[in-house]
Amino acid sequence: MMRYSLPRLVGHALRDRPWPRAWRKATPRSHYDVVIVGGGGHGLATAYYLAANHGVRRVAVLERSYIGSGNVGRNTTLVRSNYMMNGSTQFFEFSLKLWEGLSQALNFNVMLSQRGQIVLGHSPAQMDGLARRGNTMLLNGIEAELLDRGQVQRLLPYLDYSPAARFPIAGGLLQRRAGTVRHDAVAWGYARAADSLGVDILEGCEVSGFLLDAGGVHGVQTSRGRILADRVALAVAGHSSQLAALAGLRLPIESHLLQAFVTEPIKPFVDHVISFGAELFYLSQSDKGGLVFGGHIDGFNSFTQRGQFPKAQGVAQCALALIPGMSRLKLLRHWAGIQDMTPDGGPFICRTPVRNLYFNGGWCYQGFKATPAVGWCLADTIARDEEHPLVRCYGLERFAQGGASLDEYGHGHWTYRH
Amino acid sequence: MSAGSHRVRAGGRIDRNEPRVFSLDGRRLTGYRGDTLASALLAAGVSVVGRSFKYHRPRGFVTAGVDEPNGLFTLGEGGRAEPNAQGTVVQLTDGLRAASQNAWPSVRFDWGAVNSWIAPVLQAGFYYKTFMGPTRRAWMFYERFIRRAAGLGAARHDPDPDRYDTHYLFTDVLVIGAGPAGLSAALAAGRSGARVLLIEQDGLLGGTLLSDPVTGQTEPWRARLEAELQSLPEVRILRHTTALGVYDGNTAILLTRRDHCAPDPGNGEALQILTSVRAKAVIHSTGATERPLVFPDNDRPGVMMASAVRTYLNRYAVACGRHAVVLTNNDSAYAAAFDLAPQIDRVTVVDVRRALHPALTAKAASLGVEVHAATAVTGVLGRTRVRGVTLTPIDGARSRSAPCDLLCVSGGWSPMVHLSSHGGIRPRYQADSAAFVPGGYAPGHFGAGALTGRFSLGEAVQTGWRAGLRAAAECGFERVSADPPAEPEGVAPWDTANHRIEPVWALGGARAGKAFVDFQNDVTVRDLAIAHQEGYESVEHLKRFTTLGMGTDQGKTSNINALAIMAGLRGIELPEAGTTTFRPPFVPARLGALAGRHVGQHFRPVRRSPLHAWHLGHGAQMIEAGPWLRPWYYRWAGETVERAYLEEMRRVREAVGLSDVSTLGKIDVQGPDAAEFLDRLYVNGFARLPVGKARYGVMLNDAGTILDDGTTTRLAETRYFMTTTTAGAAEVMSWLEFLVQTAWPELRVHVSSVTDEWAGIAVAGPKARAVLERALPGWDVSNEALPHMGCLEIEWDRMPVRLIRLSFSGELAYELYVPADYGTAFWEHLLSSGEPFGIRPYGLEALASLRIEKGHVAGAEVDPRLTLNDLGLGRMARPEKPFIGRELAARPLLDSPERPSLVGLECLEPGQRLRGGAILFAASDELKGHGRGYVTSVTWSPTLGKFIALGFYAGGLRHVGEEIVCAFPLYGERVRARITSPVFLDPKGERLHA
Amino acid sequence: MLRIHCPLCGERPYTEFRYGGDAGKHRPVHGAGGIEAWHDHLFLFENAKGPHREFWQHVQGCRQWLIAVRDTATNIVADVALARDARGLEPQGPGER
Repeated sequence: MMRYSLPRLVGHALRDRPWPRAWRKATPRSHYDVVIVGGGGHGLATAYYLAANHGVRRVAVLERSYIGSGNVGRNTTLVRSNYMMNGSTQFFEFSLKLWEGLSQALNFNVMLSQRGQIVLGHSPAQMDGLARRGNTMLLNGIEAELLDRGQVQRLLPYLDYSPAARFPIAGGLLQRRAGTVRHDAVAWGYARAADSLGVDILEGCEVSGFLLDAGGVHGVQTSRGRILADRVALAVAGHSSQLAALAGLRLPIESHLLQAFVTEPIKPFVDHVISFGAELFYLSQSDKGGLVFGGHIDGFNSFTQRGQFPKAQGVAQCALALIPGMSRLKLLRHWAGIQDMTPDGGPFICRTPVRNLYFNGGWCYQGFKATPAVGWCLADTIARDEEHPLVRCYGLERFAQGGASLDEYGHGHWTYRH
Repeated sequence: MSAGSHRVRAGGRIDRNEPRVFSLDGRRLTGYRGDTLASALLAAGVSVVGRSFKYHRPRGFVTAGVDEPNGLFTLGEGGRAEPNAQGTVVQLTDGLRAASQNAWPSVRFDWGAVNSWIAPVLQAGFYYKTFMGPTRRAWMFYERFIRRAAGLGAARHDPDPDRYDTHYLFTDVLVIGAGPAGLSAALAAGRSGARVLLIEQDGLLGGTLLSDPVTGQTEPWRARLEAELQSLPEVRILRHTTALGVYDGNTAILLTRRDHCAPDPGNGEALQILTSVRAKAVIHSTGATERPLVFPDNDRPGVMMASAVRTYLNRYAVACGRHAVVLTNNDSAYAAAFDLAPQIDRVTVVDVRRALHPALTAKAASLGVEVHAATAVTGVLGRTRVRGVTLTPIDGARSRSAPCDLLCVSGGWSPMVHLSSHGGIRPRYQADSAAFVPGGYAPGHFGAGALTGRFSLGEAVQTGWRAGLRAAAECGFERVSADPPAEPEGVAPWDTANHRIEPVWALGGARAGKAFVDFQNDVTVRDLAIAHQEGYESVEHLKRFTTLGMGTDQGKTSNINALAIMAGLRGIELPEAGTTTFRPPFVPARLGALAGRHVGQHFRPVRRSPLHAWHLGHGAQMIEAGPWLRPWYYRWAGETVERAYLEEMRRVREAVGLSDVSTLGKIDVQGPDAAEFLDRLYVNGFARLPVGKARYGVMLNDAGTILDDGTTTRLAETRYFMTTTTAGAAEVMSWLEFLVQTAWPELRVHVSSVTDEWAGIAVAGPKARAVLERALPGWDVSNEALPHMGCLEIEWDRMPVRLIRLSFSGELAYELYVPADYGTAFWEHLLSSGEPFGIRPYGLEALASLRIEKGHVAGAEVDPRLTLNDLGLGRMARPEKPFIGRELAARPLLDSPERPSLVGLECLEPGQRLRGGAILFAASDELKGHGRGYVTSVTWSPTLGKFIALGFYAGGLRHVGEEIVCAFPLYGERVRARITSPVFLDPKGERLHA
Repeated sequence: MLRIHCPLCGERPYTEFRYGGDAGKHRPVHGAGGIEAWHDHLFLFENAKGPHREFWQHVQGCRQWLIAVRDTATNIVADVALARDARGLEPQGPGER
């Protein structure tokens, strides 16, 4: 792999030398040790860690469209580890730690910007909830600060502290290490690094079936022919149910639309990630200058990848409830991704009832920030054929067992309420 | 050049009798009514109006419409400042203040232009390859500079003084765009009698016809159609209105700008109106936008779209230069050349095609326009203004330079397929017009005019007419007029459907100089080549890697050129390259317009109890409780909540208090099977509850965890009065309806929400009965007549009162429900009746603290993550009786005795306090991890003289008496506490049975 | 905007309704069915990409629970009936179990 660096960039610029491809245009081999279905952030990261951590290099990543065409390129780029429920706290902190060294590990600048996230509280009860979250974080070695109203006002003087505010700000929980990442770069960086370790990235390769027998799965049928594999992993958020059905599995997952919104680019306006407490809404500003908004899912099963307009109105209302001055800013674009929603808002990384078939999905709102840890833990789970300790709580059987909840906000068992 | 020097003496659609004074960067300028900011600036000879995003290259206007990539300004000041406004669509008004952007100190001289010196390094994707060291946090350092350099205009945080409104419309036929096709379509549909809504983003109807000379031959036709449309009663026309998107269910979202009317927010007038319109049929007559050609330095001020130059000339009476070169690959640009020729010094046409229509060359000759066929422009001279061009014959003969001060460019036309693509139908490439056209139309949608890739005026009129008839028929209106409107006179013989375009995508060697594909985001041909080298060649990778088409213009002018150039690099056909997805909104839309009136206190509706006004008038400090506002505390008891709630509690414990509990959900359950219904719903039984008795009940959801709790009273054999928590009221009501309507329709039972019908008042304290005896003379409220959990339906002042004896506070207490309208009267009656006993109102804080002392669960404890056992209420369930959630509540791990369950906590350290959100550990535990539990509710107990709390602890009450640690590392605190029963006060219930 | 034809109130925007999830499954009989039956009912989904039977309640109208058949790939609603009436009918199409 040609290493990227400033001297090399200058050298190429001055001599106008061509750059090599970031990843090869691979042709499918007949057999791989591991086939990963889904060339999004999760699938590519898994391939990379299989090769880098476990020396498993005969790996193929199969992508129906172009790599990064799913949610890794449609999200609001937020990374954080302010999780409260046992299991998630440790997993997302592990992920954030990986984010912190990712640009260097991949030799690809994913632009981790640890600008800090403030989750606002608007009532004494909400502040108690934030305190429980923050205390849990600190007790698990994750930094957190509980801010009162005055401290929030000093940090974010432009929020609405006027008597006209419908939900007055009582305080907030700050995680300084939280922030944003350039989302597309994650897919590309993992692809490039995995490719350099010998992983085949097969774009335009759609899986139409699994080769199954009594011993489990031993390959996949694709639009580019039959590909044999010792082990097969699914990382196809949004379409998990459709792929799993091909292997005869029914999942605790429903597909929902989550919209994201971006405004026109403006000069620096908001320096943090800010989460509203009265409704699910958060914002940050991209390095390019656009304000990026996220909200709640549209609320009903859908695969259309186009959102409903009332959500855009609701998001604009939340934005103005936080910062009334944004009224004059213009919405540039809104789009939707299909995300797996689960009955407890928690994900799955596990073996399945089909031998040699591994499943990763059900990430709800948190798939992007989980990317490095998913890759790490799924690779480990595949390589050892046993769940990595950090993901033992992320099994498919947990609803039948009634184990400890992963439901961070207590929304109950409805997929569409999380 | 002096101000006003580019204004042509006569013609145009401006009103020279109405000057408009405005300013740019403090410089006072004058234009006319009918001008846009852009036309007024061009008239004043202002050529550099902005700096580009990355290289800070000087830029001028390129277009005359919504596709403008360069001419962006910050308008207005203070609370009205709006960044990134396109000067090409801003109507000139008196006093308009515009400021240029992204330049320091000025657009004429901008330090940012040093970026141009290192431009080769700032190539596509450069930031992915560097800024990774020396430390892991290095990016945070570089980012500060990059962020400051990025962004266009600056936004302010000041509140917006303007108002915005939301409208809803219904129509039969929606016609989007009032160009010749749209006018024709609207007329066809309108004459049929259908309700027609014609929208036009411009202030005038006519579209491209407005760019024809106002004295020309198309104007009478345009005026005639406009007049007839205005005369049709069922045709409604919205000007200054843009369709932002077309969504499911034939719903279009429109934005109407009223800036030019100077609406007065104080008078309730809206600056912008967002309209959601539901149409039975939609006609897309959105036209096409002219696209640039790509050649080195094609971004210099003075390089403009040919059609824009013609618009400025004919509509705004502005000659954008004195010596024009027109570069084209199609016939449409000749109209600009021919219109310019009589008005300016010299016009030269440079046409990349070899064979030209004889009528064109003849007309050119007659006007003295020189035409160079098979020639390209391969370079531009001048930096802040075009000074000349380099002409290179296509066959490779020697280049030569030619002076000019204006370069008009036409690379062909791109249909505005955005709206027709919002539904998910991908555009398809139509080779003969070298354009992407709609790949199809959703049911009830029709296309017309240039959108269909047919660019002639005749086709526009014809396709519009047909679309109008079909759309009307779709709505059940058969045609009443067989005659299409006669086509405008004087259509040129070269006005053909595809303008005889011969597409060329990059001129003059892609790599020499900077040949821009995307002006606003500074994407060059070289960037595309780099993207290709590195494999970012699929259209979405290309866009994301180079930021192509991601600017405020959303690639309206740039996308197809980029796709074609990339297809060329890849050696594939253009259609194979595909297109990016078109995302709404079509043009950037203010968040204020999206939010409408849902701002400030109207962000979300406030629910108020019937006693709200009384509370406000009597010193209540209110607090949000979900959508409700409830009294938090009353000032009679203290100026701060910390003091007041203790005083209020003391009053309840020692005398009597009253509290507004109207926000509880109230549901009337009636029917012969009401008892069976409740038996299935609650974990505990209600069928054997005697009439006139109340019972506390808990509901689980299907998953076997907590849904809600509350008290339900049996008013009659077949009638119950249920109360729910305030937060859970709406959810429980829907759940009951679901069960009645879908799961158990065989049960003869009805449920009705009566939350708003009844005001609820709790009277609590040892003197509560004495108050009621005084307040309700003639009714026996003795312990015998009304024991604990008893209910009486009585009257006061001929008004029904539901009097239920139940207690949340642990005191002798009653809840009284009266019709909402009488709530205040009855509340005041209770207050005056209780005066001798010292009755006072108490708020939410005291209410919550009283119930903590009594160990009642609420708020944070009523949590769908928890089970009945977790709340210590397992004994309520009657296992022999089936109830919702019974089965899944028995899941093995939910039954574990080691789950955290409800305990009381008392603080053992004087001078310290317990806090909600603390994490609990055994005394011997290391303080790390998730602990054994957590604290949910805390209060100072004036009764016990210490801090007490409710919380959850692994193993629960098996640990009563143990000393544990409450960790609150956020404040660096660890406090010792003892586990107790959650019932701190009167465990035998002597007070409430008194 | 998604619109749903309420059999009682007419066609209305979806914002007037509360979504109630998959209606393609039979709810186990009250008091019958063990953990497995309820687990499958509550936690496993076909999650059809195509026609999907689903509950909606017209909360801002007649408050009736409806069963709609909506194509999740296109958002086109093919059919809506009162859940009370539709309940006796066997699930049709891909929602069937």
